[in-house]
Amino acid sequence: MSTHRTRLGRLLVVVTALTMLAAACADDAGTTTTTSAATPATAAETTTTEATTSTTELAACTVDNLTLVTPGTLTIATGETTFPPWVGTLDGDFFDEPTSKTGFESALAYEIAGYLGFSDDQVVWERTGFDEAIIAGPKDWDFNMQQYSVTPVRDEVVDFSVPYYVTTQALVVLDGSPYAEAKTIEDLKGAKLGAALGTTSVDFVDLIIQPDTPPNVYDENFDVVSAMNAGQIEGLVVDLPTAYYVTSAQVEGSVIAGKFDADAAQPDEYGLLFAEGNPLVGCVNEAINSLLADGTIDNLITEWLEQGGGINVITG
Amino acid sequence: MTEQSSVDRFGRGPGLFGPHRRSGLREEGARGALIAFVSTVVFIGFVLWLILSSDTWPAVQNQFFNWGHFQTAWPAVLSGFWLDIRMFLLAEVLILAIALIVAMIRALRGPAFFPLRLLAVTFIDLIRGVPVILLILLLGFGVPALQLPGVPRSELFWGLTALVISYSAYTAEVYRAGIESVRESQRMSARSLGLTQLQTLRYVLVPQAIRNVIPALLNGFVSLQKDVALVFVLGVREGVRAAQIYNSRTFNYTGYIAATVLFLLVSVPLARFTDWYTDRDRRRKQAVGG
Repeated sequence: MSTHRTRLGRLLVVVTALTMLAAACADDAGTTTTTSAATPATAAETTTTEATTSTTELAACTVDNLTLVTPGTLTIATGETTFPPWVGTLDGDFFDEPTSKTGFESALAYEIAGYLGFSDDQVVWERTGFDEAIIAGPKDWDFNMQQYSVTPVRDEVVDFSVPYYVTTQALVVLDGSPYAEAKTIEDLKGAKLGAALGTTSVDFVDLIIQPDTPPNVYDENFDVVSAMNAGQIEGLVVDLPTAYYVTSAQVEGSVIAGKFDADAAQPDEYGLLFAEGNPLVGCVNEAINSLLADGTIDNLITEWLEQGGGINVITG
Repeated sequence: MTEQSSVDRFGRGPGLFGPHRRSGLREEGARGALIAFVSTVVFIGFVLWLILSSDTWPAVQNQFFNWGHFQTAWPAVLSGFWLDIRMFLLAEVLILAIALIVAMIRALRGPAFFPLRLLAVTFIDLIRGVPVILLILLLGFGVPALQLPGVPRSELFWGLTALVISYSAYTAEVYRAGIESVRESQRMSARSLGLTQLQTLRYVLVPQAIRNVIPALLNGFVSLQKDVALVFVLGVREGVRAAQIYNSRTFNYTGYIAATVLFLLVSVPLARFTDWYTDRDRRRKQAVGG
């Protein structure tokens, strides 16, 4: 129980640190940080459920002791086509190359592997679709990393690691759109919005923004972009890091209208996805917690995900 | 009409569930019925046993057949499915009309009509060669992106247009098969009576042709009724997409089962109706002595 509490405590510290970082970035726009206060408590709750499964194998997280799909190799799954800033860089270098260590998730994966004692050569990447990853049954990879939001309902089917990133939702519109100046969620009631299937952005639009016309839901962020180019939707809702990518590389003339400070149904935390009951979760959690505590993940966030402040905030 | 005459040369007779059911059982008698019953029970029992004895069945059951999730997913899936039905009905009317026009153009004879025939053949060949899903994506995202003045941008409009174009090409071929199945003497008689080409088509060939191909047309209905769901690639929240949204939100697949049930509720009766109509039509023709 004592380990449990310290780990929780550590996470609280880390989440608070993350929050402060977010607040620091937001300061330029002269905003409040009302949402942040709610975040650590909920995050801690999520971890309590996870902690029970993970306390047993804290003894020795070394390559030889780990339960792996292929002994001696860490098999990591990610999406079929990965996008910056998660994998690769905004200017297109190392696009869709998880082995490049460029992009937030690619870099983080190698940090976790390193913590567990794997050399770079011992890390193998697999590609999976969204459905393959969440279906019941055994997997041919150790964990899946593609910005899976941790939610209690999903947790009933699979296991998640502790969160490695907490994101906010953002609105992308074409420059000159009437919604580019949106200040509150009320301003968006009349907008025809779009979001990608499988993202919490869909829930955010459906449940929090609740526009008069329900948002369109596309297979991929890429299709949401096509729909915006085709003039079928007036704005797309994505997580903030992806919004940077969309505006800088995917849609010419698009801008981030703002990020939302409204509380989502739950904080949008990304975790690694494991097959239900996979004992590896314990050691990976230890790795993530340690990387959070020593500032490694903060550095990666600064390097890949946060591009300075100055972003308008759309209040609830 | 006797039982014998309703059996065609493949030994098929009329019946709700396909080949030879009623007459077959009657010939074999009560013993035959018993064997059919027992073998059906054994077969279904074996399949059920196979599924239920699987190690992962409890997990699969929870992920695919969860009553609680079924109820939660149902309203959204149902309202999406209602959109599917409306799209289907609208598209079907347009397809039947456009395909008939294309088929009639293709059936015109004489060198003067060559350019029109060429146009019809090119349309049919090109469109049938492109997967529906590609057509939907190309028209749905491509045309509106051109931002031509006066051209609609709605994803629903272009999704339906793609379906109508694609199915019209197939259906035109169904009509053509019907027109060609009408005996040549019919055309020649009509022409010798002084009817023009168009009149011959309109009053002699097409009415007979349509009657011949109604089962094939109904078959197309069943197919289209499911394919309308494909417009979800354009972001349209029809039934299947509603189920997908539920699935990605909860990681539970029961929403797909809800969508499956809804599609079956429409397509199975439609398929039964097609069989029933085909049989009735065959019996009528045989009664006339054809």
